[in-house]
Formats: sequence, C-alpha cells, structure tokens
Amino acid sequence: MPEETGAQTAVVDTAVAAYVLRLGDDTLIASHRLAELVASAPQLEEDVAVANISLDLLGQARSLLSYAGRTEEQLTGVLRTEDDLAYLRSENQFVNCRLVELPNTDFAHTVVRQLLFSGFVFELYSELADSTDETVAGIAGKAVKEVSYHRDHAARWTARLGDGTEESARRMEAALDTAWPYVAELFTDDDVTRTVAEAGVGVNPSKLRPAWDAFVDRTLQSARLERPRVPPITGLAGMSGRDGVHTEAFGYLVAEMQHLHRSHPGASW
Amino acid sequence: MSERPLDEWPLWEVFVRARRGLSHTHVGSLHAADAEHALHNARDLYTRRREGVSLWVVPAASITASAPDDREVLFDPADDKVYRHPTFYSVPEGVEHL
Amino acid sequence: MVSTETSPRAEPAAARERFDAVIAAGERIEPRDWMPDDYRATLVRQIAQHAHSEIIGMQPEANWITRAPSLKRKAVLIAKVQDEAGHGLYLYSAAETLGVSRAELLDMLHEGRQKYSSIFNYPTLTWADVGVIGWLVDGAAITNQVPLCRCSYGPYARAMVRVCKEESFHQRQGFEILHVLAHGTPEQRAMAQDATDRWYWPSLMMFGPPDAESAHSARSMAYGIKRFSNDELRQRFVDMIVPQADALGLTLPDPDLRWNPERGHYDFGEIDWAEFTQVLKGNGPCNRQRLSHRRAAHAEGAWVREAARAHAAKRARRAEHEGSPA
Repeated sequence: MPEETGAQTAVVDTAVAAYVLRLGDDTLIASHRLAELVASAPQLEEDVAVANISLDLLGQARSLLSYAGRTEEQLTGVLRTEDDLAYLRSENQFVNCRLVELPNTDFAHTVVRQLLFSGFVFELYSELADSTDETVAGIAGKAVKEVSYHRDHAARWTARLGDGTEESARRMEAALDTAWPYVAELFTDDDVTRTVAEAGVGVNPSKLRPAWDAFVDRTLQSARLERPRVPPITGLAGMSGRDGVHTEAFGYLVAEMQHLHRSHPGASW
Repeated sequence: MSERPLDEWPLWEVFVRARRGLSHTHVGSLHAADAEHALHNARDLYTRRREGVSLWVVPAASITASAPDDREVLFDPADDKVYRHPTFYSVPEGVEHL
Repeated sequence: MVSTETSPRAEPAAARERFDAVIAAGERIEPRDWMPDDYRATLVRQIAQHAHSEIIGMQPEANWITRAPSLKRKAVLIAKVQDEAGHGLYLYSAAETLGVSRAELLDMLHEGRQKYSSIFNYPTLTWADVGVIGWLVDGAAITNQVPLCRCSYGPYARAMVRVCKEESFHQRQGFEILHVLAHGTPEQRAMAQDATDRWYWPSLMMFGPPDAESAHSARSMAYGIKRFSNDELRQRFVDMIVPQADALGLTLPDPDLRWNPERGHYDFGEIDWAEFTQVLKGNGPCNRQRLSHRRAAHAEGAWVREAARAHAAKRARRAEHEGSPA
C-alpha cells in the first residue's frame, strides 16, 4: 500500500512538474515577444507600458520555472534552475502554447496576442489562486492582479484600434485572423491537466473557456470587431506546442535567446 | 491654438498622492489620447517604484494659472494680516492648551 | 498654452532685473516667469538634447535584451531601458513647459536639427558592453547630471532629481555585470577588457569639448544652468573610475594615466577630438542606424497614434449625443 501511494504521488508530481513548466514557458515566451518591442513602440509612453507587462510576465516565468525545476528534482534528484530551463533546453523541449510565440508583425498583432493570452491566464490564475499546492496558489494569487492589468491594457487597445480608423480596424481584423487559429490549443485538456485537476493542483483548461469567451466577445463587441470565422490550426500528427511542436518563427526566438548563454558553457553571469 | 497633426496626443498634467493622508502633488506631464488613457500612462510612468496610491490627470489646457506679475497684487495683501497667525496674540503666563 | 505665456505688462527692464536677482540668489525660475530669449533657447536646446539622448540611448542596450545571458540580467536590463524611456519622458515634459511641444522636438531630432549624446553612436558588440555602459557611460552621465539637480530652471531641476534618484541602480548593475565577467572564464574576462578598451575614450568625450572651445559653456554657467565646467567634470569622472577599474581588475587603455600628487588628481592622455568631431558630424559607427531606427518606430507608430485619437474623438461625440459622460 505505501508503495502504491508512492507511485501515485510520483504520477501526480510528474504531472505537476510538467504542468508548471507549461505555464512557465507560456509566460517566458510571452514576455520575450513583448521585450522585443521595447525601444520600438508606437509612442514613448507605450514603451514604458510594454516593458512593465514584459517584466511582470518575466517575474511570473522565473517563479514558475524555478518551481517546475524543484518539483522535478524531487523525482529525478537533479535540480534544473530557472536558467537551465530557459537556456539549455532545445526548441522541441519547450511546452508553451504556440499563441505566445507569434511575432509582433505590427502593433495590432501584439495587441491581439496579448488580449487572447492575458484573457486566458487571467481565468487560469483566478482558479489557481485556490490550488491545493501552496506554491502554485501563491504565485497565481500575486500574478492574477498583474494579469488583470495586462488584460485591461490589451482590451483598451483593442477598443482604440478596432474602433479607431479604417486602417487600424483593418489591421486588427488581419491580426485576429492570424492569432485565432491558435486559440483552441489553449483550452485543450490532456493527461497532464486531467491529473493535476484531479489532485486539485491545477485545472482542465476547457473549464476556463466559457468565461474567456464571454470576455473576448464583450471586448470585440465594444471594439466593433467580429469574432473571426477561421478554424483552429491543426497540430502535427496530433502534436502541438504542449508536445514541443512549434511554429517556424519560434526557432529563431530560441536561437537568439540562448546563443550567448550556450556559447559559454558553465559560466556565471 | 493651431491644428494638431492627426497622430499627436494632447498633453496631460499628472498629480500623485504619495500615500494616504497627503495631498496630490504635481509630478510632471505626459501625452495620451483621452483621460482614461492618460490615467493608465500615468500609472505606468510615474508609479514604477511604488510612488503613489492615487493619481489625478488633468488636461494641461484646462489649467488656469496666475501670472507671475500679478504676484504682488495677489499675494502681498496677505503680508499685513498678521492677525491670521497665532503668534499675533499674547497669552497670559501659565495658560496652556491654547 | 497657458503655462508659457509671458505677461504683457512686464516692463522688459524691470523683468530682466527681477530675473537676474532670482539667478543671483540661487533661486529657481519657473515656467511663467519672464526670461530672456537666449535663456529659453539654451534651455530648450539642452533639455531636448538630454531627452533625445535618453531615448536614443535605449537602442544600444535594448540590442541585448533578447540575448541577455540569464533571466535575472534580462529583467534588470528591461527595467533599465524602461527607465530610460521614463527619463526621456520626464525631460520632454520639462521642455514642454518652455512652449515647445514634444512632437516639435521629435521632429527636430528626426530631421537631425537637434543632437543627442554622441556616445550612443557607438555599437554594443558584446554582452560586456551592457556592463560598461552602466559603469562608464551612466557613470559619466551621473557626474554630469547631479549638478543639474540644482539648475536654475525649476522643471528641469525637478526632472533631474527624479532621474538621478532612479539612475543610482544603473551604474551599480553595470559594475556588477563587469565584476562577474572580470572574475569569470578567460573568455568572459577578455570580453570585459575589450569592452572597457572600446568605451573608455568615448566616455571621456561625453563631457564635451575642452572649456576653451566649448561654444555654449560660458552662457550656461552664467545662467546657472551649468554649475561646473566640462573639464572639471571630466577630471572628477577620471578620479572616480581609476580606483573602480582597479577593483574590477581591468586596465584603462590610457598609457598616460597616473596619479599626480601635486594636483591631487589623475593625469590622463590626450583625447582624440578629431574622432569626436567626426562622430558629432554624423560619421560615427551608428549615427545613421540610430536615427533611422527612431524614425522608423515613429513612422510605424503613426497609424496607432491616429487610431487612438480617432477613437477618443468618437467616444466624446457619442457621449455628447447620449448626453451622458463617456
């Protein structure tokens, strides 16, 4: 019996480590894409705002990756730090959703990506604040306030651009068409989410969809934009971001992010 | 006022209450499309290091200021109203809490 | 613009007398005070140049954000570049109290009619450059800026107080980056030394030409805009960085650098003013790149700024129609 309990605990811990790693990767990559815009935003005030959001997400990523590493250590006996996880995994070992890796084609693409993503993590963190895992609950409880601001920021820009000029509306429609196919991936349940949900540590993302739909519909309506009628993008042999299968653009992001760190194995910074 | 180019946002003056119990103090200005936008830009720009618990934003064009040359007319008359200050009054020795 | 009107009743002679008395007493001039035209022009030029330097200065450091070698360094660097945007905004805000709009100032920057600090026309080629910028470039900037907190123009002085308070972490983080590199692997050490070699002379040039040749110095000193001469500040900076370089175990690339007990200061070598002049003229390694990046960001942002204004106007119109607040 103790053995069986031990085996079950290991199954849950493995799932928790994988689950937290996903969240860590989501926020790490979302932060990275926003950081690319610092010094190139449409107005100086927006450079400051974008940097704030990027910093919040990076802070969340660091907490989540560190915790994923510590949880994994319980199982493997080997500790991977936040930097090990960010800099020493190859592209196909990242388990972020593909939405966050979409490039900043123009400011409308950035706004749409942030709207869809922060709408998702807002619902997610709101649930995780009550997680039975104290660390997860702690991180989510702090982050939900930050993400609530990010969501407002994106919603306000959606209104300005959607209901601004003809050009801005056209660009928002194009950006929505680009990003929308990646939405379904956010809400797909799998073995990892089912295990952590059962343990009370995490949630099945499908549960978050109605609240997210309501928020996005409300926002698009006030911005005089329509929900795109484009089907979800497929995976590859059933695999997607959560399985390490990403977009082409992601390879460049990872190469750029990691090259310096990897060029000096074992060095401290 | 001359016509602003279409991509230029109006100027707003920003006031921050550093903590409860203090007045809002002028800290600077910024540009924003409307009041709500100004408020959020002010939050991002002027409270990055927890400098405030409350913000005001005011369109710079809405502020009416006194002219420096009116200083004497406006403020000198207060000079001889010393009876507005407690030190003007003599208090008998030994009287406290007054 | 209310804040910049000068009072029509001011007698120029009496106003001038009052202005001179305020300067002589070491008090502050405020936006609506009468001020001589050349005082206003000097301030606009200097504050604008300072603001432009902050925002152009974002580029060489932002160049390394996506490649920062640890998540901690990445966070620090984002926060630092963000501060520079903030400092640019504080300074544009101070300049706008003088009756010139930020849009006009940005136009002058984009058209090359106003300058920014030449130091940002040098490239950041390795991660160690991020450290050296914090240590030497921010160190020189702070040496220049601290006296400006007592500048005679109130809004500029107040902006500088804010800037200096926030900048204190910039220099330290740069020094820390270099300290780690200088005590790291041989490659990291070489990286730190190489960056120091490339930035030392340009950082000395940041104080401007020698006093004898400085075009605007004398007037700025008389007006209390500047408190110390270029050469005084440069000397103060050299005296500060020599022991810091020792602490880092790095060499400053100046064979003439030695302690002069008679002067009580470090002597240092001759600066290559010919290079300075060339960079100033626009022929430095990154002049064109920096300006075209800035112009592109501004031009690409135009549709966003227009949309925000159009949206604000629509909302105001709708609120008027409905007779309820927006």
